[in-house]
Amino acid sequence: MSAVPVSADAPALELDALAVAFHVRGQWRQALRGVSLTIAPGEAYGLVGESGCGKSTAALAVMRYLPRNGRVTGGAIRVGGADLLAMSEREVRRYRAQSASMVYQNPGAALNPSLRVGDQVAEAFTVAGLSAAEARRRGLELLTRVQIADPASVLRRYPHQLSGGMQQRVLIAMALASDPALLILDEPTTGLDATVEAEVLDLVAGLRAELGTSILFISHNLAVVRRMCERVGVLYAGRLVEEGPADGVFRDPRHPYTVGLLRCLPRGGTRKDERRLDTIPGVLPAPGADLPGCVFADRCGLVRDICREEEPPLHAVGPGRTSRCHFWQDAEALPHTAASPRPVRGPVSAAQRPVLAVAGAAKTFRQDGQHVHALAGVTLGVGPGETLGLVGESGSGKTTLARVLLGLTPPDAGTAVELDGEPLAPELSSRSAEDVRALQIVFQNPDSALNRRFAARRIVGRALTKLLGLRGARREERVHELARAVRFDERLLPARPAQLSGGLKQRVAIARAFAGEPRVVVCDEPTSALDVSVQAAILNLLVDLQDEQGVSYVFISHDLGVVRYLADRIAVLYLGRLMEVGDSATVLAAPHHPYTEALLSAAPGLGGEERARIRLEGEIPSAAAPPSGCVFHTRCPRKLGEICEREEPPLAEAEPGHALRCHIPLEDLRRLQAAPPGTTPPAS
Amino acid sequence: MGRFLLRRIGLALVTLWLLSVIVFVAGEVMPGDVARSILGPTAAPETVAALNEELGTDRSVVVRYADWISGVVRGDLGESYAFRRPVDEMIGQALWNSAKLALLAFVLVVPLGILGGVVAALYEGRAADRAISVGGLSVSAIPEFVWAVAAILVFGIWLDVLPVTAQAPPGAGVLTQIEYLLLPALCLVLVLFGYLARMARAGTVEALDADYTRTAVLKGLPRRTVIRRHVLRNALLPTIAVVATQTGYLIGGLVAIELVFNYPGVGRLLVRAADQKDFPLLEGTVLVIGVVYLLATLVADLAYAYLNPRVRFGGAAA
Amino acid sequence: MSTVDDLAPVVVHDSGRESRRERLRVVLRSKTFLAGAVIVGVWVFCALFGPAIVPHDPYADDILGKLQPPSTEHWFGTDRLGRDVFSRVVVGARDILAVAPLAALLGTVLGTALGLVTGYFRGLTDDVIMRIVDAFLAIPVVVIGLVALTAVGPSRVTVVLVIGIVFTPIIARTVRAAVLAERDLEYVEAARLRNERAPYVLGGEILPNVLGPVLVEFTVRIGYAIFAIATLSFLGFGIQPPAPDWGLQIFENYGLLSAGDWWPTLFPALAIATLVVGVNLIADGLTRAFER
Repeated sequence: MSAVPVSADAPALELDALAVAFHVRGQWRQALRGVSLTIAPGEAYGLVGESGCGKSTAALAVMRYLPRNGRVTGGAIRVGGADLLAMSEREVRRYRAQSASMVYQNPGAALNPSLRVGDQVAEAFTVAGLSAAEARRRGLELLTRVQIADPASVLRRYPHQLSGGMQQRVLIAMALASDPALLILDEPTTGLDATVEAEVLDLVAGLRAELGTSILFISHNLAVVRRMCERVGVLYAGRLVEEGPADGVFRDPRHPYTVGLLRCLPRGGTRKDERRLDTIPGVLPAPGADLPGCVFADRCGLVRDICREEEPPLHAVGPGRTSRCHFWQDAEALPHTAASPRPVRGPVSAAQRPVLAVAGAAKTFRQDGQHVHALAGVTLGVGPGETLGLVGESGSGKTTLARVLLGLTPPDAGTAVELDGEPLAPELSSRSAEDVRALQIVFQNPDSALNRRFAARRIVGRALTKLLGLRGARREERVHELARAVRFDERLLPARPAQLSGGLKQRVAIARAFAGEPRVVVCDEPTSALDVSVQAAILNLLVDLQDEQGVSYVFISHDLGVVRYLADRIAVLYLGRLMEVGDSATVLAAPHHPYTEALLSAAPGLGGEERARIRLEGEIPSAAAPPSGCVFHTRCPRKLGEICEREEPPLAEAEPGHALRCHIPLEDLRRLQAAPPGTTPPAS
Repeated sequence: MGRFLLRRIGLALVTLWLLSVIVFVAGEVMPGDVARSILGPTAAPETVAALNEELGTDRSVVVRYADWISGVVRGDLGESYAFRRPVDEMIGQALWNSAKLALLAFVLVVPLGILGGVVAALYEGRAADRAISVGGLSVSAIPEFVWAVAAILVFGIWLDVLPVTAQAPPGAGVLTQIEYLLLPALCLVLVLFGYLARMARAGTVEALDADYTRTAVLKGLPRRTVIRRHVLRNALLPTIAVVATQTGYLIGGLVAIELVFNYPGVGRLLVRAADQKDFPLLEGTVLVIGVVYLLATLVADLAYAYLNPRVRFGGAAA
Repeated sequence: MSTVDDLAPVVVHDSGRESRRERLRVVLRSKTFLAGAVIVGVWVFCALFGPAIVPHDPYADDILGKLQPPSTEHWFGTDRLGRDVFSRVVVGARDILAVAPLAALLGTVLGTALGLVTGYFRGLTDDVIMRIVDAFLAIPVVVIGLVALTAVGPSRVTVVLVIGIVFTPIIARTVRAAVLAERDLEYVEAARLRNERAPYVLGGEILPNVLGPVLVEFTVRIGYAIFAIATLSFLGFGIQPPAPDWGLQIFENYGLLSAGDWWPTLFPALAIATLVVGVNLIADGLTRAFER
């Protein structure tokens, strides 16, 4: 239904040596350098890369929506054979209305808060020339297609009244309204909960099969791209460094960057005891930086002189595969940056008294006259030198729990927090100086966790002064020691946060947390805001520090791969309640709680395993009105029956060291989860 | 929405009460000895004492406040020292006159300011934007009495196109009244325009950069529709609150303008009262001014709550 | 292979000085700022050296020579008491430039303190103080100023005090908003986890981050102070005769407009206009610099 004249064989999208530059502070900075790729009709192409690589710029260029200071400085864009850059304003508008659509991150912001959803959806049709009545009818139809229950009611609402997942479905519906030839998705599920993300991706895959739309899928998440796309292109510093079928590229990468990237990820169930994560040394280049020769030379383990002098051409390295590297044959032989395997520590004895324990943790917030039960009766402990992973989606209460442990949020009466068996005051200000020193935190966002007016030296130094009473030369000495311990270049100590990269800032935050020689450090999504290549280095650092100092971690993350790598024990939270707790190996393998099962199946893996998707019905309920009985019953695919609605199951020890909150006996779970019909069991 | 309303009105009442205390303190407590400050430092102590007794200002502060506030609630604002007339009567007529002037100024400045701000935002960084922003800023910075004087000079005396007294002859029709009020209203417009335009500009710029505007453009909608349906709706919402706070500056401006144009409004009344150290009249006038302002902001808040779907239909995901 | 996992290629000097220099550069490049600075500079010069350079004594009356139009001897003419308008305008800068910044300073210091406390502690203190602030804000500055100065009698000192105190709630509101934005950031919680006490958190951690807006607010307030003081003088409740204050000059002479004697009114008016515009241009330039 594309209005653009097209031959049936013309590729849906063709980028021909596309170059885009931005005018920033008086200089032109090259964001895309000669990127060429082709998407065949009906094909899904994934564009991956880290921040600043230019992937979003490519998407905006294809929609002809570059910001005012951006310009296409070379190359061509062809959609269905038509030259996009040669189009007039009117033609571009028609193109946007009928041939190409885009869905991007943060669905809440992408909808006009002052218009009803129905009016916005109708616009997508009326702009293609339909009448208002016809638009309304088609809108209803489309919302049903994106699996929104009760579309009529949704159309009448305002965007803020919908959940994140539903908002994104509405946006996908609007994007597909005109049955475009090309659909661009730019990080469409970043920021959505795991189970919701899985639903949205399923939806996109389903719609694509139905409508035959070509897809350009942009993401930093390799596993998601692997799942959704047939072909993939890897972007680094504005250059396409490798391209080919997704399976092939991920299984057998032929460019050092791709190799490095894949090695950074904790894959296939590796654990910290087995090996360190590989890292890519150096930092991502600033967007638009001047990079003579190969763009990856500064960080490449295979670098030779020719790499810095001559930009490598695109080599054909296989059927439908290319790589931009002089030494692509040696790519797999890239030296590992992880040195010797880590010495295996003895398992933490379960008999040891926990360093930090909480019993009956409960917290109720008052919001708009309602009682929001953020936490309800959580009992947990962390042993010395152990990492406890806290897993859960939004509303699970994991952050609230961490804050209760730290004393930042005063819990409801009846909550007992203990450090080394001694009770801790619920409020931070009532705790003794030693107790405060013993519990520290590394926050998710290093930009707001560090005072932007202070130099790194002062940030760490102040912590030393207040927590250990160090001053003068002794303090300076210790600052340098800590900087070395977190692998932070001491020359950078006078720098302010604004001058440091994300990884460096997080190291300063870690140094600050460790300044007082704490017993327990809460890590609240410490790597979620960082790029993949940087994440591995920080995770390695955290494990090293734990080995050296015997500190315990409460590690909060939504990324199951990271949790599997790091955690000794795992606790799964849902709506403020503990659903399952035990050794990580035990929790992550069947038999486990149905919610854990769903979480695991929602997370796409890079190993290429096909897991049966456990679909969860409905949305996460509101913590202000939790369901009766077992709070998970409204979405549980293995719900037993009426008992689940009536009675909340107790947290019962199903086997030694493994507790579950479920009415289904462990043996039944084991049987049900052993081999879901029609699939191979997950690689472990 | 209902809870919001109640809460908002409750707050307004508290603020109103605090306002009365402040006004009373300023008027009755600060001068110290009221009779002394009226009669001057050279008057004999007996005369001062006698006047204090006559005015009732020899009683304790709390008693005087209770007396005053109970009167206010009943609508009785006391009697003017200097003019020997009930204060509420004097304020009533003055308020009506000022209202006419203020209304004219408002009707002119609100559309102009919003238009100016939106245009500046649409041409951000270019000549039109600089002209409106810098121009508006410079013009507002100049006190209204300066404009008043300049306006009288230029339009009234040199060019002789508009009347220089704001007060139309009694029995004049609406159009004639407007003619007389035009000069003073224009002075007020000049002072209010800058800030209003700037707020409208900021709101529009933010809306233009928003994700939902991008969605609208990428749907293929023509620019005019995008601006009308998506940008303006969201840009102008915060401007409502700003318009209300401008009432404060408007009233402040009235004081000097009415004096220059010799117009019998609350502004001129206020200055007269101050000249005479007529505290009951002063307090009454200031209290009424405060009430008007609080009402304006209350109405603005309610309008905002009504127009903003997030507040009107609160509530979260389902 | 480097032992440091991520090396930043930047070499850092004293980063504090660098960022301040960068900001200064941005400010100085702004045309509005420069224009404003020039205008204000001229008036500051007049304030400092006025009495020494003026051709006539600003206070000397000469009834016989009253109301003479501008001429080569009296560039701006003479007023109704025969005083040279030019000299009075030039010397008048001194009063306004002494009083207005002082009032703004008083308001900024008090307002910042109030804003810090209410923004950080919230709770009942915040509610109560903010209601009082709202009550103050319900009355226009000029009106409160009028009432207060009627009560205590106008003089340079009382004007500074009254305007300063009247500005306090306005500034407190702005500072409070800035503090609210900061206090939810995690570095504040990190400070609590270091046993830091409230005074340090407020003064040592939060205050440095709100200084930017405070500085801008201070400059803006100087403009408003000039505005308010000129208006009050015009109403007769500001600076008192025989001071050559501009607002006062207009007050004394505007009645003569209909008689055709425009010069004793126009020139002080232009003086006020240019000074206020200049200050606002400076404030505007600063706002842009801090927006980045």
